Amino acid sequence: METYYHPQDLPKFEEIGEEAPELAKKFFDYYAAVFAEGELTEREKALIALAVAHTVQCPYCIDAYTKDCLEKGSNLGEMTEAVHVATAIRGGASLVHGVQMRNITKKISL
Amino acid sequence: METAQKLQEIEEGAEEKLPVEPFRQTLETHGLNLTREKTITLQLNVGLMCNQACRHCHLEAGPNRQEVMSAETLDEVVGFAQKFRFEVIDITGGAPEMNPNLPDMIERLSPLTRRLVLRSNLTTLTAGDRDDLIDLCRKNRVAIVASFPSLNEAQADSQRGKGVFQESINVLKKLNGLGYGRVGSGLELNLVSNPTGAFVPSSQEQLEKRFCQVLEKKWGIVFNNLFTFANAPLGRFRQWLEKSGNLESYLRKLASSFNPCAIEGLMCRSLISVSWDGYIYDCDFNQAAGLFTGGKKTHISELGQLPEPGEPIAVSHHCYTCTAGAGFT
Repeated sequence: METYYHPQDLPKFEEIGEEAPELAKKFFDYYAAVFAEGELTEREKALIALAVAHTVQCPYCIDAYTKDCLEKGSNLGEMTEAVHVATAIRGGASLVHGVQMRNITKKISL
Repeated sequence: METAQKLQEIEEGAEEKLPVEPFRQTLETHGLNLTREKTITLQLNVGLMCNQACRHCHLEAGPNRQEVMSAETLDEVVGFAQKFRFEVIDITGGAPEMNPNLPDMIERLSPLTRRLVLRSNLTTLTAGDRDDLIDLCRKNRVAIVASFPSLNEAQADSQRGKGVFQESINVLKKLNGLGYGRVGSGLELNLVSNPTGAFVPSSQEQLEKRFCQVLEKKWGIVFNNLFTFANAPLGRFRQWLEKSGNLESYLRKLASSFNPCAIEGLMCRSLISVSWDGYIYDCDFNQAAGLFTGGKKTHISELGQLPEPGEPIAVSHHCYTCTAGAGFT
């Protein structure tokens, strides 16, 4: 079936630099630096990336960071918990706006 | 030169239609030559019999395999090791513990090398509450290299079989209790982690740090080193890759991770691998692929001298396994 997303397109990511190489270099250098071990391990950063990938719902990122998490020694249980963290924040962000709904309701109600 | 040509013909004859460039071509593209250097390690595959049937096993070892190194071949191996003297002798399998000649092998090979290594899946090391084998290993200062793929029970058991993780933990505790893996004991205990699927391992250093922290915190287990090895697309693992539709992407991943700097330290350059029936190969993976050293089926008893430095090494697609990322040494 024809679709906008193709797994074989993921390795083409670096081709984005063909039109604006300096900007691409800055981005990819920054990207590499972000994921290098620092106060957090590379494994922990990959789990965060996996959670964020689910929040932004990027199929390329989900594919890449699922594999990256496994390669860095994470397991399905840990990865599922990471996705739940993203889900909780995402769901919580909706729910907490219920405060606004309640404030408005109170203000205009008898 | 003649050997190189023969090897190339054999490799081309065995070439399959795969989605990656032949390994020898990749070497040529990078201006590299994969040749032998001084042989310092003798690796012995003492049999394909194993109590486990791991899904990543490139040799398809398992309980139904009957091939084990005989006492006669062992005599020839001991004579070979006496004649050439290796810095390291590395005993592997299958499960070496299932070869009834293993105790004799340890006693006779230990005085012939500075470092005797036993690769173990842990679950046969103390099978049936036997302690004699560990005692023998301790007495002879045998370094134990144990398979321990993951800190997660489900992942480990999916690769090695139900119950293997818990049993491995029990045996590691026992080995620690006898001094193995403890600082200053002189009893080396190393772990090997192979990925539990169609992906390649990342930083060995970081994984070692994590294994160290988690094993000690959860079970009080200590060890000396962790080695991470990618799985070779051969044997049972290859069959699983095909069935699960992962073969093409896995091969592409290995090939795209080719690291020219890894060539220098590859184990096949300084190792000679002997099969259970006494034939020689450049490595255990070539053994699984049926690629003989120098392209000629040679028995250990026929070998008048070790392969000379500069002689070419037989290669195929599976060689991408050892050149991916930091490499396999």
